[in-house]
Amino acid sequence: MNDILQGLAEAGRLVITLDPDLAEITARSLQVTVTATVIASAIGLPLGAWLAVNRFRMRRVVIALLNALMGLPPVVVGLIVYILFSRSGPFGVLGLLFTPTVMIIAQVIIITPIIASIAHQAIRELWADYHDLLISLNTTRGQRMRALLWDGRRALMTASLAGFGRAIGEVGAIMIVGGNIDNATRVLTTAIALETGKGNFALALALGFVLIALAIAVNLALHMLSRTERGSRW
Amino acid sequence: MVSAILRLTLDQVEIRRGGRCILGPISLTIEGEGITILLGPNGSGKTSLLRAMHGLERISGGKVSWQGPKDRVRARQAFVFQSPVLMRRSVLDCIAYPLLLDGVGKATARRRAADRGAEVGLGDLLENPANSLSGGERQKMALARALIRAPEVLFLDEPCANLDGRSTREIETILQSARADGTRIVMSTHNVGQARRLADHVLFLHDGLLRESASGCEFFTAPATPEAMAHINGDLLP
Ligand SMILES: Nc1ncnc2c1ncn2[C@@H]1O[C@H](COP(=O)(O)OP(=O)(O)OP(=O)(O)O)[C@@H](O)[C@H]1O
Ligand SMILES: [Mg+2]
Repeated sequence: MNDILQGLAEAGRLVITLDPDLAEITARSLQVTVTATVIASAIGLPLGAWLAVNRFRMRRVVIALLNALMGLPPVVVGLIVYILFSRSGPFGVLGLLFTPTVMIIAQVIIITPIIASIAHQAIRELWADYHDLLISLNTTRGQRMRALLWDGRRALMTASLAGFGRAIGEVGAIMIVGGNIDNATRVLTTAIALETGKGNFALALALGFVLIALAIAVNLALHMLSRTERGSRW
Repeated sequence: MVSAILRLTLDQVEIRRGGRCILGPISLTIEGEGITILLGPNGSGKTSLLRAMHGLERISGGKVSWQGPKDRVRARQAFVFQSPVLMRRSVLDCIAYPLLLDGVGKATARRRAADRGAEVGLGDLLENPANSLSGGERQKMALARALIRAPEVLFLDEPCANLDGRSTREIETILQSARADGTRIVMSTHNVGQARRLADHVLFLHDGLLRESASGCEFFTAPATPEAMAHINGDLLP
């Protein structure tokens, strides 16, 4: 209990004094996770919608695979990405190991299935509602997708936020591929792991509180943005 | 104006679901001008027949044929569903949506949608989300949306089921004027009074079969089957 109070106090102190290390780590956390979320959304949202609208032979298999990939252990993803990008791996020449870029790649792999799966679920319900109308209006496939993605945008935002939440708190994969290098690849979660290992519970807790506050702030900000948008009373 | 995509011919059309024949075999043609009214008790197959004509329902046998290329045929029809489909948009944007599909600019589409909306009596509700509309208002919205592309053939599945007397009359006036403009209308109803007022032609369905096809005048003065007679008189069917 004392530790937690101390952690809170330490967190307060770090934030109020605008601790430069904290600011840097937090900014990197945000940069990596936001970039990964944007890329994963650009892939996952249309993929989910496409799976909801189109009928093809392997559809069930693809959906089952997607759901299975949701449970992909991050550590394993990290390990595989590490091998792929290590010096002797196929992408070794790119020299991306231990950079924020490869951390983004690992996170994209982890959260794209989550985003696609939640989007698929939401769009499938919307498609069931819209099906007769959109068929009756003689819409093209593209027009159907556009209507569904647009009218389902709030549910899709939830899908992206779920991906963001998973990525911002993820530690296993980015620890392996990023290496937790000070001033280069250290982010909030890896810093917490490090400080905990060193026995600096107050600092680790402080970083933890900052992480939680960050996740809440991003969620609130997006919800507020979508609330102020006109015609969003759905 | 006589529609270019008519005539519509159904040849031995059958719909089977779950091993049961729910419609047909039915053969009929729809052509010329006017309003065809589909009558029949609950479950007699009115919705199924309308959807089969429009091409929404998978048919198990027979053939539905229109005139002209498939794309044009689809684009020149509209359908008002028994339970209106609401998009998650404002009433105005729901009504304007078919125009946007045709590539009409957003401002023009909204202006024309506002006119159509006002015509069906939704003038004050246009900015509200569509799902806030009452049952009757939803049907009016669906009618405005169906009319906005000025279809050659308009299918309506009990469009006045939730409407009060006054709204029903208003809708009938709109349908009459669409008819006068050359729109071919095929509509189902349970309201025999409405059928009398509107029908140029009547199709009477019973147990998935077309039991009578006659001009409105003929049908209401001298129905040929006891089932039709009973339906007109509001009797309980055996
Ligand atoms: N997918 C389906 N599977 C099984 N039965 C079906 C299916 N669709 C319709 N039916 C049955 O077919 C019959 C005709 O249905 P339909 O909706 O065409 O009737 P309707 O004349 O429109 O009735 P109502 O006046 O109540 O709207 C009903 O008995 C219905 O239960
Ligand atoms: Mg029906």
